[in-house]
Amino acid sequence: MPGVDVITPKPITELRSWVETLSGQKVARCYQCGKCTAGCPVAYVMDPTPRQVMRALQLGLEDELLRSSTMWICFYCMTCAARCPREIDITKVMEALRLVSAQRKATPAQKDFKLFHNLFISNLNRFGRIYELGLGLTYNLLGKHPLSKAELIPGMLARGKLSFIPHRVKNTDRIRDIFNRIKAFEKQGKP
Amino acid sequence: MARVGVFVCHCGTNIAGVVNIPEVLEAAEKMPMVVSATDNKYSCSEPGQASIREAIIENNLNRVIVAACSPRMHEITFRRALASAGLNPYLLEMANIREQCSWVHSDNKEIATNKAIEIIKMAVAKVIRHEPLYPRQVGITKRALVIGGGITGIQTALDIANAGYGVVLVEREPSIGGRMAQLDKTFPTLDCSACILTPKMVDLSQHPKIKLMTYAEVKKVTGFIGNFEVEILHKAKKVDHLKCIGCGICWQKCPEKVPSEFDLGLGKRTAIYIPFAQAVPPKPVIDLSHCRYTKYLTWVATGQEGKKPPECRICEKLCPTAAIAWDQEEQLFTEKFGTIVVATGYQTYDYSHYKEYGSRDFADVITGLQLERLMSASGPTGGEVTRLSDGSHPKTVAFVCCVGSRDQQRGRPYCSKVCCMYTAKQAIMLKEHDPEVQCYIFYIDVRAGGKDFEEFYLRAIDEAGVIYIKGRPSKIYQDGKKLIVLGEDTLMGRPVEIPVDLVVLATGMEPSAGADELARNLNISYDTYNFMVEAHPKLRPVETHTDGIFVAGACVGPRDIPECVAQGSAAAAKVAALFSQDTLTTEPLIAVVNQARCIGCLLCVTICPFKAVDYQTTQDGRLIAATNESLCKGCGLCIAACRPKAIDLRGFTNQQILDEVAGLWL
Repeated sequence: MPGVDVITPKPITELRSWVETLSGQKVARCYQCGKCTAGCPVAYVMDPTPRQVMRALQLGLEDELLRSSTMWICFYCMTCAARCPREIDITKVMEALRLVSAQRKATPAQKDFKLFHNLFISNLNRFGRIYELGLGLTYNLLGKHPLSKAELIPGMLARGKLSFIPHRVKNTDRIRDIFNRIKAFEKQGKP
Repeated sequence: MARVGVFVCHCGTNIAGVVNIPEVLEAAEKMPMVVSATDNKYSCSEPGQASIREAIIENNLNRVIVAACSPRMHEITFRRALASAGLNPYLLEMANIREQCSWVHSDNKEIATNKAIEIIKMAVAKVIRHEPLYPRQVGITKRALVIGGGITGIQTALDIANAGYGVVLVEREPSIGGRMAQLDKTFPTLDCSACILTPKMVDLSQHPKIKLMTYAEVKKVTGFIGNFEVEILHKAKKVDHLKCIGCGICWQKCPEKVPSEFDLGLGKRTAIYIPFAQAVPPKPVIDLSHCRYTKYLTWVATGQEGKKPPECRICEKLCPTAAIAWDQEEQLFTEKFGTIVVATGYQTYDYSHYKEYGSRDFADVITGLQLERLMSASGPTGGEVTRLSDGSHPKTVAFVCCVGSRDQQRGRPYCSKVCCMYTAKQAIMLKEHDPEVQCYIFYIDVRAGGKDFEEFYLRAIDEAGVIYIKGRPSKIYQDGKKLIVLGEDTLMGRPVEIPVDLVVLATGMEPSAGADELARNLNISYDTYNFMVEAHPKLRPVETHTDGIFVAGACVGPRDIPECVAQGSAAAAKVAALFSQDTLTTEPLIAVVNQARCIGCLLCVTICPFKAVDYQTTQDGRLIAATNESLCKGCGLCIAACRPKAIDLRGFTNQQILDEVAGLWL
C-alpha cells in the first residue's frame, strides 16, 4: 500500500529485549493511560511522547524509536516514574534507549542532542560540574549555530550566572575515578 | 347517613408552614356530612394514628378524610388505622395537600390555603360515595415452573426445591446445561466449567422435588399469580426414557453422522444422540430430520419415488431394553403452577452479516464459543486447538472483540459484557496450551468491571504476553495460508496489518431464538432486541410487570455466570417468599362489569394490558365481558374504553369521580 505507513507489530525485537534488560522494566506492562506524557515537563517538544515511546516498544517500531530524539530530550526528572500506575520506571526505559541509541549513528534530529550530551559529560569529567560559558560556546561552534541563544548572554552575565573561568569541585580526582571505572566496565562489555 | 371525619396534618412545617390550618379546619367543619375536623402535628405517627382511632370511635365516624401527603406515601398506614378502629379500611380518602399543594405553592400562602380547602372539599364529596370493600383470598398452587435449563434455570430450580417446594424445569434441548456446558474454563478463576456445572446438573436430576422435562417447550400460558395453567409440548423423543438405561450402544452404532449443534458444527453426532457426554438426562433422543428409518418411512409414504433408502433401525435392534419407541408422538400436557421463572438465556450473535470478516467463508475464522469447544478436553479435537483448514496448530492468533456488540449499524448497540473477559481468558489458555502462541486482541475498550476482572486482564498482558490493539479491524482476508487482519492502532494513530494463523471473533450475546414469542405467551414485556424487561432495573431486577412471573439470567440482558447464578437464586427467593403464604390477598380496587349494561363489544378484552378481562355467555345467551379479580390491576383502561359505561372501578366509580369534580362547586 504505497503512501500509507502500515505497521505490523513485532512483539519480540532485539531493541525491546535490550531495553528490558538494561532498564529492568517490562514494557508490556504499560496500558497506555498517558499519565507519563501528561505530567512530563518536556513532552511538548517530544515526538513521540513518552506514552508513544512505550507503545512503539510494545509494537516493535525499532527504527522509528532510535531515529527519534525523545530519549535525548528527557532530563530524568522522574515525574513519570513516580506517577506511573503500572509502576514502570519510564525514566529507566529512556535511559536504556539512550544507551542503545548512543551506539548508533546519530540521525539529523539527534545530532545536536548527542553533541550536547557528550559535551555535558566531558564537562563533568573535567570539572566535576558544568562550565556554562565553555559548554555553550563549544556547543554552538561544534553544532554550527554560533549565535544560537546568544541573546541570553548579557542578561546571564549581569546576574552573575556566567563565569569566564571554570569552577571546579574539590575532588576532581575522585570524579575522574568514577569515569574511569565506567570506561573499564564498558570495555568489559557491561552496560 | 355518612358521618365524615376530616383530619388535617401539619406534617411538621411541610404543610402548616404554608397552609393556614385553622382556616382549613374552620372551612372543613362546614362541609356537608362532616362531623368533626381536627388537626395533627404528624398524623402518620403513632399518637397521630391513635387520635384518628379515638375520633372514629368517639364521633361514630363512618367515612374518614386524611388531608396530608400523597396516598402513595401513607394510604396503607391510615387504612390500617381505620381497620384498628373497626372501620372498613376502604372508607378512607386521602386529600393530598402536601405534594399537590403546600410544596408547589409555598410562595403564596393564601392561594395554598384556598387550594387545600378545595382539595378537601372534593375528597369529602367522593368519600361519601365510598362503599366498604373486601379483599379476596385466592389459593396458591405451590409448584413453580422454570423455563430454561441453563445455569440460571438450574440454580433457580435447585434453590426453590431446597426451600421445599415442587419445581418443574422445562428445557427445549435434549439435555440441560445450556451455554455453560459448552465452555471450557471460566474467567477469572479458570475453573473448569464442566467440573462446576455437571454436579449441579446431577443434583437437579436427582432432586425429589424437581421434575425435569427436557425436549419440551412451553406453548401457552393462562391464569394468574398462584394459579397459572401452562401447556407444555413434549417433543417426540422416540425413545422411552423409562426403559432406557443410557448404555450408549445406540448412539455408538447409529450410522448417520450429522454436525453436532453442541460442538457448533466442529464435530459430529449421530442421529440418535445425547448432545454431550455429561448430558442430563443421559438418555438419547432421535433426531427425526436425520434418522435413516424416518427417511425410509417418508420414502414409503410419498409413493416410493427414487432410490430406496436403507431401512436401518440399528438402534432398535441393538437396544438391550427395547426402549426405542417409534410410535411415540409429541404430546401436549397442561400443568398447574403458582409461579413461573423465565431463564431462557442467550445465544451468540450470528456474524454472517459481517462481510468484512468473511461471513463464515474462511475456515480459520471462528467464534469464541467455537474456540471453547476446541479447547475443551471433551470437545471434538480432545482439547487440541487446531486450524480447521489444515489441522495445524496456530502460532499467531488474533481476537476481534465487539462482533455483534456496540454496533449500531448491525442493530446491536449494547455491550455484551463478557467478551472482554472471555477473550482474555482464551488468550491465557492458548498460551498455556502452547507457549509459542502469540495472541493479539483488537478491542475498543477493555471492560473489566467485576471482582478480579482487571487483575485477570492484566494477567493476560503480563503473563501471556498478549498484545492489545485498540481499534476495530476493518477487514480480514486470506493470503495463502495466513489470514491478514487489517486494523488501526489508534494509540499510535497508525494502520496495522497482522498476518495470523487463526482469527477468533468474540461474538456477542443475543436472546435465545423464540424469546419474543415466549414473552408474548407469558404476557411479559420484551425490548427491541427481545431481551425480557424487568419490573425495575435496579430495585426489582428479577420481577416482571406480571405478578408471579419472574425473569433471571441472560434472557434479561448480557450477564456472566456469577450474575446469572445470583439472579437465579434471587428469583428462587421471590418464589419461596410467595409460596410461604397459603393464600394471596387480592386488591379489591378492581374493575367490575355491570352485566346488564354490557353489550358484548369486548373492546375491553383487547385493550386490557394484563389479560384480565375475559368474556362469558350469560344464561340468556348474551356474550358479556367478565374481569378476573386476580389479574386486574385497576388501571382503568377498560373503563375509559367501555362505550355503554358498563364497567366501573371499585373505589373510583364513575359516580365517585363525577361527585368529586362537582364537589368543587358545592
